[in-house]
Amino acid sequence: MFSCRRSTVVSRLLNSSLQRRSASQASAGARLNKPIDFKKTAILHQSQNSARTAFGLAQDAPVDWVNLHGAINTTLHHALKSDESVLLFGEDVAFGGVFRCSKGLADEFGAARVFNTPLTEQGIVGFAIGCAAEGMKPVAEIQFADYVYPAFDQLVNEAAKLRYREGSTGGHCGGLVVRMPCGSVGHGALYHSQSPEALFTHIPGLRVVMPRSPSQAKGLLTASILECNDPVIFLEPKILYRAAEEFVPREPYSLPLDKAEVLKKGKDLTVISYGQPLYLCSAAIEALEKEIKGLSVELIDLRAIYPWDRATIMESAKKTGRAVVVHESMYNAGVGAEVAASIQEGAFLRLEAPVARVTSWSTHHGLVYEKFYIPDITRIYDAMKKTLEY
Amino acid sequence: MKFQNPAEENAMPTYRIMDADGNVVDQTRDVESIPDAEIIQWYRNMLTVSIMDLIMFDAQRQGRTSFYMVSAGEEGIAVGSASALSLDDVCFLQYREQGVLVQRGFTLKQMMSQLFANRDDYGKGRNMPVHYGSGKLNVHTISSPLATQIPQASGAAYALKMQRLINPNVPPRIVACYFGEGAASEGDFHAALNMAATKSCPIVFVCRNNGFAISTASIEQYKGDGIASRGLGYGIDTIRVDGNDIFAVRAVMQEAKRRALEGDCKPILVEAMSYRVSHHSTSDDSFAYRAKREVEEWKRRDNPITRLRKWMEKKGIWDDDKEKEARASIRKEVLREFSAAEKVKKPPLRSLFEDVYEDITPEARAHMRQLKELIEKYPNEYDVSQFEGGVKSLE
Repeated sequence: MFSCRRSTVVSRLLNSSLQRRSASQASAGARLNKPIDFKKTAILHQSQNSARTAFGLAQDAPVDWVNLHGAINTTLHHALKSDESVLLFGEDVAFGGVFRCSKGLADEFGAARVFNTPLTEQGIVGFAIGCAAEGMKPVAEIQFADYVYPAFDQLVNEAAKLRYREGSTGGHCGGLVVRMPCGSVGHGALYHSQSPEALFTHIPGLRVVMPRSPSQAKGLLTASILECNDPVIFLEPKILYRAAEEFVPREPYSLPLDKAEVLKKGKDLTVISYGQPLYLCSAAIEALEKEIKGLSVELIDLRAIYPWDRATIMESAKKTGRAVVVHESMYNAGVGAEVAASIQEGAFLRLEAPVARVTSWSTHHGLVYEKFYIPDITRIYDAMKKTLEY
Repeated sequence: MKFQNPAEENAMPTYRIMDADGNVVDQTRDVESIPDAEIIQWYRNMLTVSIMDLIMFDAQRQGRTSFYMVSAGEEGIAVGSASALSLDDVCFLQYREQGVLVQRGFTLKQMMSQLFANRDDYGKGRNMPVHYGSGKLNVHTISSPLATQIPQASGAAYALKMQRLINPNVPPRIVACYFGEGAASEGDFHAALNMAATKSCPIVFVCRNNGFAISTASIEQYKGDGIASRGLGYGIDTIRVDGNDIFAVRAVMQEAKRRALEGDCKPILVEAMSYRVSHHSTSDDSFAYRAKREVEEWKRRDNPITRLRKWMEKKGIWDDDKEKEARASIRKEVLREFSAAEKVKKPPLRSLFEDVYEDITPEARAHMRQLKELIEKYPNEYDVSQFEGGVKSLE
């Protein structure tokens, strides 16, 4: 399995264009299920001014056009440069990483701070916990989120509980960040596609974060490494590594790890998602708003999946009275279940329709079925329509 | 073509300085020059652990604490190895190393506070008994999952090495990581030794091979030459030592520390052989899987405490009167701290919600409010009187 992961599949993921993600093809006559045009989507800062406005910067503040792996690379560079206690390690990290996120960092910061580990996920996370418990800020990489399970014991029983069991000794592993690429990539099948975030949201003590874009990744990862004193699981939607490009402020900045962001204001319906499906939500909303005159849909990016921003979601759901939650991981006990249940508890009297969930079906990520398995624009569009018509 | 057959290899020898009768057999080691006071302190520390074991085992049987694990037969490994460390060195324990804590200065009051999970417990009453820890003494708090501390210890050792690279004024430090031979079957053991070797971490792995993992005898645990033979496979300097010989354990640990810090640093594996004289824990009756006679024989034949006592008596620094006095005074102190700790209130209820994250989350605050309202609504259903501050601490 490992040899497959490391040679064949990784090189295939790298060599093929991630945008041409197609073991299962979109239908030629599709009106809704068209490929995402990352050069036009409203999710990304397509202009310098959009980025400057979003981050409250001056008209002449420098911004750079970067993709997601570039933004992560810049952030790691900044973290290593600004704090000597930051370490970066994992499988194949030294030569730049199989997704290029750590490119050039070993050369600049040396093999003592940026290094390869033996191929052992439980070892990587255990080692990182120990580093953090002795005051360092380790950024551990798990090559694919699909391979985090050998480290599950270390994350659940150790990282998450360390501060709690240490009590007044003051011990903790708050410096720990575990990065992992996640989500579908067009042809990743069973073990290069998973979205395990819901498993981590059931673990008190861990922060679970997933950025949607380069500018978000930069701010959230900076906060995770340099500011946050809790262990963070940082999930990176790998399909966006090259596809998502936008203008990003050049200067370092951080974003809060417990705040959702209202991406688009609206009054009739709230759509809540995080990571890659936000692009699909945006496209579906655009199609539906074009169709129904006067309709305005609010789109919210959770960003922090746990602990999450109930207040922002509740405020929006109370305002619109209708909500749809969208994520790529499967239906049962997914993040959507928690969000939907919370809305039902907190906004019961304002609700005009049941909270809908658009998720992957309750099965596995079979290779040729991806287009039928994960949420697409049509399913989101249909769920929004049904919720509005209820 | 020649297959290497482990059965044809010689077993790794076991290093000892004194025999079971307390006679020095390795004359190259100068144990005579160790100050008497220091040796007597080790002896008293081993006795303390042993006496506390008896008292706490009975206390659990009487239902006064929920759980206990004794260290009988392994006091020498813990005290002997800890005597070779400095307080700056960092320790990761499994759970059967009370002697390490006592040797480092963990007081009986601190032990009892943990065992009774009272207000003074560093763990704030969250952990099962015997899950000790101390920030001041550089001992990480014990957790139940076996072997998880081993790769953490490797990482901690790497951190110590890096901190010295960043600031050469930091004193050279090592990590001492303890575990049993059963825990060494976990994947984390493999991960940890391999990572420590490839990353040249200043760490000493101390395996307590006491022959049993609960009911599983070592013959069902592994097929090779104990745990020590594995060290070589990872490229780690390894030694097997007689765990009942406190002089040997200490000398081995001193040399291990020296080697671990040499040059670019490296890990060392020490396999200390002993016998788990006691039951695994208070939840275990070991006579269900081994003969009482075998245990009695071990107790009589060899034991780290009696072995050192014999040596001390030969040297003329110990006798029956001193023994009686030591046992009585330790017993008295243990009982005093026992009754004191039993009377101290439990930590405040809010400690249930604190320290999950650095700050209490809005969700947890809502849960604290809900619990408070519930207790106030059904006051007869909940006894909060033994908790510091009662229900008010949830505000």
